[in-house]
Amino acid sequence: MEFRRDVFQAIADPTRREIISLLASRPANVNEIAARFDMTRQAVSLHVKVLEECGVVRVVRAGRERRCSVRPERFTEVYDWLDPLRKMWESRFEQLDEVLQKVRTTKPKKS
Amino acid sequence: MKRSLLMNFSVDRDKRAIHVEREFAAPVEDVWAAWTQKELLDQWWAPKPYRTVTRSLEFRDGGIWFYSMVGPQNDTHWCRADYEDIRAPETFGIYDAFTDEKGNVNNEMPRSRWKIDFRSSDDDSTMVHIVIRYDKAEDIDKIIELGFREGFTAALENLDAIFEGNVE
Repeated sequence: MEFRRDVFQAIADPTRREIISLLASRPANVNEIAARFDMTRQAVSLHVKVLEECGVVRVVRAGRERRCSVRPERFTEVYDWLDPLRKMWESRFEQLDEVLQKVRTTKPKKS
Repeated sequence: MKRSLLMNFSVDRDKRAIHVEREFAAPVEDVWAAWTQKELLDQWWAPKPYRTVTRSLEFRDGGIWFYSMVGPQNDTHWCRADYEDIRAPETFGIYDAFTDEKGNVNNEMPRSRWKIDFRSSDDDSTMVHIVIRYDKAEDIDKIIELGFREGFTAALENLDAIFEGNVE
């Protein structure tokens, strides 16, 4: 069986989302991540491996240590994905801006 | 002078909610009118290239706004919004639905409950905060996936920090 390895796969799992959030605030090694979750180092290691394969986390090996950091640029795909919905609201509100402008100019001035 | 107006937009799948917040350069009574009077709603509600045509609007608790959104090829989508919890000019709620041309609810499409809050801010501007809640997580997926990639299951709020660029 072949698994998808992309940003959507990376964030499909709640634990992986939490790891991403953690790494977004600062880089950490696998032990530091494991200390923050109620799970084994092996389990964290596996999640990190998936995150690396999905391209959203960079792992730098220095001796026995593996330093993990987030690659924020990889999340533009997610951003773009929501963009049409955001644009729909923006376009709607630009129309509302025009309506409000019209209301204001036709309203009799308060004395 | 045209200044840029703040807009926040987020989807929280775990809470089955969409949040939209936007500032308008007008006093609260004008913004309230634009959201609650059919003559004004018809001018902005439907996103381009659609236009709004109101059949009837009764703005009171239990009242209904029955309207259609008409596309460039005259394709017509009937909708209704049932009003609830109105407290002018601060807040009102709607329970929305797609319908047939007689206003009968189409239960194949997700319904959502809206809460719209109006807050007067400084220099004659108004902040509008909209929360749209769905009954089921699948409903929000259906809405979001309209035209987008399928299978997305993230709580995007968790990722805000990343978008804000916490890079080394």
